[in-house]
Amino acid sequence: MNLTVNGATTYCYTGGKTYDPAKPTVVMIHGVLNDHSVWILQSRYLANHGWNVLAVDLPGHCRSGGEAPQTVEQAADFIAALLDAAGVARTALVGHSWGSLIALEAAARLKDRISHLVLVGTAYPMKVSQALLDASLNEPEKALKMINVFSRSTLAAPPSALGPGTWIYGASLALGRRVLTSNKTVNVFHRGFQACDRYANGEQAIAQISCPVLFLLGSQDQMTLPKAAQGLIVKARESGKQVQVLTLPVGHHQMTETPDETLFAIRDFLGR
Amino acid sequence: MGNPGLDVLDIPTVAQIAHEAGVPLLVDSTLTSPWLIKPLEHGADLVYHSATKFLSGHGTVIGGVVVDGGSFDWEGAKDAATGVGKFAELSAPYDGFHNMIFTEESTVGAFLLRARREGLRDFGACMSPHTAWLILQGIETLPLRMARHMGNTEKVVQFLASQPFVARVGHPLLESHPSHALARKLLPRGAGSVFSFDIKGNREQGKKFIETLKLFSHLANVGDCRSLVIHPASTTHFRMSDEALANAGISQGTIRLSIGLEDPDDLIEDLKRALKAAEKAA
Repeated sequence: MNLTVNGATTYCYTGGKTYDPAKPTVVMIHGVLNDHSVWILQSRYLANHGWNVLAVDLPGHCRSGGEAPQTVEQAADFIAALLDAAGVARTALVGHSWGSLIALEAAARLKDRISHLVLVGTAYPMKVSQALLDASLNEPEKALKMINVFSRSTLAAPPSALGPGTWIYGASLALGRRVLTSNKTVNVFHRGFQACDRYANGEQAIAQISCPVLFLLGSQDQMTLPKAAQGLIVKARESGKQVQVLTLPVGHHQMTETPDETLFAIRDFLGR
Repeated sequence: MGNPGLDVLDIPTVAQIAHEAGVPLLVDSTLTSPWLIKPLEHGADLVYHSATKFLSGHGTVIGGVVVDGGSFDWEGAKDAATGVGKFAELSAPYDGFHNMIFTEESTVGAFLLRARREGLRDFGACMSPHTAWLILQGIETLPLRMARHMGNTEKVVQFLASQPFVARVGHPLLESHPSHALARKLLPRGAGSVFSFDIKGNREQGKKFIETLKLFSHLANVGDCRSLVIHPASTTHFRMSDEALANAGISQGTIRLSIGLEDPDDLIEDLKRALKAAEKAA
């Protein structure tokens, strides 16, 4: 489905369903150099089990036009504008990696409009090493191969999204290349990493949300180590939020490495 | 590479032409296996193999592999005149699958997604576990076998090229082969072990050559660990006239070999005896 948000075409995967105001809505936000398709199993399942799904391509990424967000705050404003454009009064937010920071910041700003917050593969602060930042700008193919390894827990992945026979390393490399070349004017790889690295409002944001939050982490995550999420988890508990923490035996790309377990965790949390 | 002429496909050039025309390049890489060339790295979008050949390596299974490199934009490929998408099978709702639009489901795996899901559901094309295991076990030794295939082939090609009763040897190792220069560029590890040569004889002499061989198995398969031989004029193409054979690029004396993993001296000895017998059969 294409929407016009801030004057630009914005693509949202809906699982092939039309928007039904009687159903609850979930917005799914991808990370750096990804697009909506990283949620393939989870988004399609939810769309066929009682939810309106908006798995968005962020501005300047793949099917969506517009200026790629330079900061997490800009991206959070975009999410608010997306909800207005889609006519969604209240929604759950699910974000992965950079998308988790965007979901967090949007939840803090939109408060009661957000019913659930799911932070997949999150960390705060989400610092990116200078070497990786530089590589993403100057040697994106090299950086892409680096993060592809960092993001996955094993060379011999079990059957994973898209299903048996899929080589998730290869599929992820292909997706990264596609997303990078989809924007002819901006290196969305470097811009996304920069936005992660510079985001400084995480602790304030988690204190401002007014919905339950699920931290869905990977015990073997080398991009956003589980311990790097602990500060945010403590802050959420200190500020009286309903907090659930689930750690899967997986790397950073939970949605493709353990698609079923990730789906079940999100499904059960949204069902609360 | 073509079978058995070993004409080498200029993948980078053909890929460019294909992409300018908005179509993907699909490469049959059976005769190279990934050890000799990885077509996706040269611009191909899809690759397939008969896994019956080098991948399994022992001629014991029937199976195949389709690889989607995730590089082709099925949605963006549109007819220049009408603006209509060229691949509606992937980029438009498919009512046979709950109106799924495969390019939306997966940005880089749309082809694979439909090929696998629909193939399994509609045709039940599911490999048996034992077949899959044999192919996987074969792949474990692929680099070792391929290196030996190439080493043996080089020795056999050199031997055949030195024989007066041999009219032509069609392997890119030789400067006389039209793909010699391209093979050196794209296939530095070797240009395959399935090739043809012509003896200076008629159909009967070709038949005698085959019948005299002891180590080579008379089989139509290729890419086996055992060396294989076939004489098209008296077997696969025996119904064709001499003229029709010539039009197909096959002479009465054309022999196709698939060089296996045996001791190369034994293979050469076998060929030497058969060449003598064929020459005497004139």
